[in-house]
Amino acid sequence: MQSTSDEVLIGRIANGDRLAMQVLYARHHVRVFRFVVRLVRDEATAEDLISEVFLDVWRQAGRFEGRSAVSTWMLAIARFKALSALRRRPDQELDEETAGAIEDPSDDPAAVLEKKDKSAMLRKCLTGLSAEHREIIDLVYYHEKSVEEVAEIVGIPENTVKTRMFYARKRLAELVKAAGIDRGWP
Amino acid sequence: MNAINKEPERQEIEALLPWHAAGTLSRRDADRVEQALAGDRELARRYDLVREELAETIHLNETLGAPSARAMEKLFAAIDAEQARSPRRQRSFDFAGRISEFLASLTPRALAWSATAAAVAILLQAAVIAAIVVKEGAPSGPSLASAPSEGSFAVVRFAPQATANDITKFLGAYKATLVEGPLNMGGQLYRIRLSETKLPKDEVGKIVRQMQEESQIIGFIAAKE
Repeated sequence: MQSTSDEVLIGRIANGDRLAMQVLYARHHVRVFRFVVRLVRDEATAEDLISEVFLDVWRQAGRFEGRSAVSTWMLAIARFKALSALRRRPDQELDEETAGAIEDPSDDPAAVLEKKDKSAMLRKCLTGLSAEHREIIDLVYYHEKSVEEVAEIVGIPENTVKTRMFYARKRLAELVKAAGIDRGWP
Repeated sequence: MNAINKEPERQEIEALLPWHAAGTLSRRDADRVEQALAGDRELARRYDLVREELAETIHLNETLGAPSARAMEKLFAAIDAEQARSPRRQRSFDFAGRISEFLASLTPRALAWSATAAAVAILLQAAVIAAIVVKEGAPSGPSLASAPSEGSFAVVRFAPQATANDITKFLGAYKATLVEGPLNMGGQLYRIRLSETKLPKDEVGKIVRQMQEESQIIGFIAAKE
């Protein structure tokens, strides 16, 4: 059985169909939440933000032109909301976050044990990337967005998408290396 | 070993590895990457690193959990409040929407069965294709005189059920450009550019064969000198 496409749901939402909104929410809320929580690093804030994201979808459904996938459109809205929330955060909180992001994982005693587990160390270092690098890694690897779609969500040229992804991966490799695991690249 | 000797080409391929691992490259780019991986052990080793990152990124995201019911309650409370304030979007009969929804739900076979629907689809498609041609850089409209002559080309007839979105995505996936058409009065033939540079004949043939397989979008295709 074929499920109703996101585009059809958006058309119904534009016409005030609350049930279509529930279906769309059920289909996408977890991924949108995870995208946002990775950016803002706070579950309560992320929960508030996804309510706002889907409320915007409800309000703007009539203006959706279908030039991109609905999920791409929603992630672009989510990104805008998340970055706005980050800008509203007190400077002190942001400084602490930045410090956390650049912390050498090998300083952490628990990390010594984790060295034995390369996978766990990789995941730890993925959380240590900057917001800019976290978002591109997540969009490509987890949200399965193409170069063109990432360009649309982030609002940068396609070549910049590729370059930014390369530098995000390079930074990840540096963090992993600093934690004592040399993957032989770059 | 046929390792890629040209460094810029290798860098270009390497930059695509994350998308190749995620399965989001066009078939054409995916083939390029596969070909490069088969002949370059170092590139293949780097691809393994990309696959590790992909696996751990998925793992990490899957451990993030899901929002509580509070988020949904908050959303629908806000929607209800908005509807109570201004019932601007009470259900109305949206003829165009229903027609488009109906057409979207039809299988190609069902669509072919309905001559009227097919005629509408073809008319719409012709208008859309004309719009694409204009958008793709022929400001004065499609014409033989303004059509580019450099590069590799094919002549194509799109399947009647292919939508504007399908055609745009298809052209984008192959990095092809619609440059001219319709070439005849009744046949709905269009000329597309497969590459801005002249490709070897066998490579053009390979691309044409790949495109031919996309029967939901392509009705007919042949290479054109």
